[in-house]
Amino acid sequence: MTDIKQFQAQENILEKLYSEPKNLWKRILIILFIVGLMIWGASGTKIGIDEKGLNLAKSIFSGITHPETLLLFNLTEKGIPYLVLETIAIAFLSTVIGSILAIPVSFLSSTNIVPKPVAYVFRAIVLFIRTIPSLVWALIWVRVTSTGPFCGVVTQSVCSIGMISKLNVTAIENLDTGVLEALDACGANTFEKIRVGVLPQLSASFVSTAIYRFDINLKDATILGIVGAGGIGFPLDAAINSARWSRVGAFLIVLIIMVVLIEFISTKIRARLARGRS
Amino acid sequence: MTETKTKKPPLFDRILKPEHIVLDNGHAVDRPRSRTPLFVLLILVGVVISAKTTGFDIAMFVKRFNQLPVILGQILQPNFEFFGEVWPKLVETIKMSIVGTVAGCIVALPLAIVASANIVGSKVILWFFRILISVVRSLPAVIYAYIFKFVFGMGTFAGSLAIAVFTVGIVAKMLYENIETIDMGAYEAMQSFGATTLQSFWTACMPQILPQYLDNCLYSFELNIRQSSILGYVGVGGLGVLIKERIALRAYEDAGMIFLMIFVVVFSIDLINDRIRGIILRRKK
Repeated sequence: MTDIKQFQAQENILEKLYSEPKNLWKRILIILFIVGLMIWGASGTKIGIDEKGLNLAKSIFSGITHPETLLLFNLTEKGIPYLVLETIAIAFLSTVIGSILAIPVSFLSSTNIVPKPVAYVFRAIVLFIRTIPSLVWALIWVRVTSTGPFCGVVTQSVCSIGMISKLNVTAIENLDTGVLEALDACGANTFEKIRVGVLPQLSASFVSTAIYRFDINLKDATILGIVGAGGIGFPLDAAINSARWSRVGAFLIVLIIMVVLIEFISTKIRARLARGRS
Repeated sequence: MTETKTKKPPLFDRILKPEHIVLDNGHAVDRPRSRTPLFVLLILVGVVISAKTTGFDIAMFVKRFNQLPVILGQILQPNFEFFGEVWPKLVETIKMSIVGTVAGCIVALPLAIVASANIVGSKVILWFFRILISVVRSLPAVIYAYIFKFVFGMGTFAGSLAIAVFTVGIVAKMLYENIETIDMGAYEAMQSFGATTLQSFWTACMPQILPQYLDNCLYSFELNIRQSSILGYVGVGGLGVLIKERIALRAYEDAGMIFLMIFVVVFSIDLINDRIRGIILRRKK
C-alpha cells in the first residue's frame, strides 16, 4: 500500500518537474548575449601587463603595505590628521549647505505642492545639476573660487542639492494629506499645519537623506582633491604622481578607515531614524 | 511596560529631566525634553569649525560669481559639430563600463554568498569577507583607475579593471543584504536530505536572489556609465580625456556637447534598465 502511495507521490513530483517551463534556450541566448557584449566590449583593449608594469605593481604593493608612519602622526597642516579634518569639514559643511538649499528646491519640484509647470522647471534644473559629474563641477567652480578647500565646499553643496532634492521629492509626494485635512478641520492655521502636520512626516527622511549624502560627500571629497579642490585627495594626487608609494599607502589606509568608520556610524543612525525613537 | 521602567534612561534624560505632566484624569506622563536644540547646537559648532578649516569666504564667492553664468551659458549651447570627435570616445566609455560591470558582477556573486550570515556559519569567515567588501567599496573608482594606470598602462583595460573592482564592492554589499532576507526553508530541506552547501544554494536560493541580483547589476551598470565618463580624467581612456582637454582649453561649448551625449546615454540606459526590471518583476510574480 505504502509503496503505491510513494510511487504516486513520485509520479506527482516528476509531473511537476516536467511541467516546469523549459527556459533552456532562453537562458543560453541570454548568456550568449552577455558573452557577446563582453567580447565586443573587450575588443580593442590591450589586456595584459608588461615587465615594467609588473615591477611597478611590486613597488606599489610593497609601498602600500609599508605606509609612511611619520605622516600619520604629523600634526601640522601637511600631516594626515589635519587633512582628514579638512576632508570631513568639506563634506560636513557642504552637506549642511546642500540640504538646507535642497529644502526649497524639493518643495518647488513636488507636483503636489506647486503647479506642474513650475515643478517641471525645477526638476529640469535638478537633472542638469546631476548630469554634470562632480569632478567637472569642481573644474567649473574653480574659476569662481580658485583652488582650495572652499572650491570643494561649493562644488559639493551644488552636487548635494541635486541628489538630496531628488530623494526629498519622493518623500514630499508621499505626504499623508489626511493629516493636513484633519488639522484643517480642527481650525489650524498654515504655520501650525506645517509645524505639526508636515515637519514630523518629513524630518526623519530628510535627515536620513542628509546623512546618506554626507557619506557620499566624504567619498567624493577625496576625488575632488585631484582637481585641486582641497581635502586628502590633493596630496594623494601629488604622491601618486611622484610615485612615492609608501606615502600613497599611508593616505589610502587613512582614507579607508575614515570612510568605513563614518559609513558604519551613519548606517546605525539611519537605521535608528527609520525605526523611530525607541 | 515594566521593562521600559526598569531600563536606565539615556544620559540625555538624566541630565535634562523629562517634563512631568499630570493629565486631567490623574495619570502622570513623562515627556522627554526635545533633543532638537542639542543637535542644532552641535551642527552649528560643526559648521563654524568646518568654515574655519575650509576657508569659507562668502565675499569672494559673491564677487566672482559672475564667472559662473558665462561658463554655464557656454555649456548650455553645445557645439554639435563636435559630435564626430565625441562619438568614438563615448563608445569606448560604454565598452569600458560594460566589461567592468559584467566582470565585477560575476566576481561579486560568490563573494556575497560567503559574506551572508545565513549561509556561512563561521563568524570569522563572515567578518573577514564583510570587511574586505567594505574596504573595497570605500575607495572611489577614480582612485583605483589612477593606481591601475601605472601598472597596466594608459589604455581602457585599467579603466575596466577599476570599474570591475568598484562594482564588486557595491554589488556584493547589496547582494549579501538581499541573501540574508530570503526564505531558508527550501535550503534547509535540501541540506536535510544530503545536498552539499553549493548544491542546495544553487537550487534553493539562486531562484530567490536572481531577480535582485540582476537588479543590482543593472543599478551598478547605471552608476558605472556615469562614473566611467570621468575616469578618463586620470588618463585611462574614454570621455574623461576629452572633458579634461576641452575644459583646460576653456572650450565649454565642446564640453557641453559631451555632457549632452552623456545625458542621452545615461537617460536611455535608465529607460532600457527599467524595461528589463519590468520583465524581471513580472517573471517573479
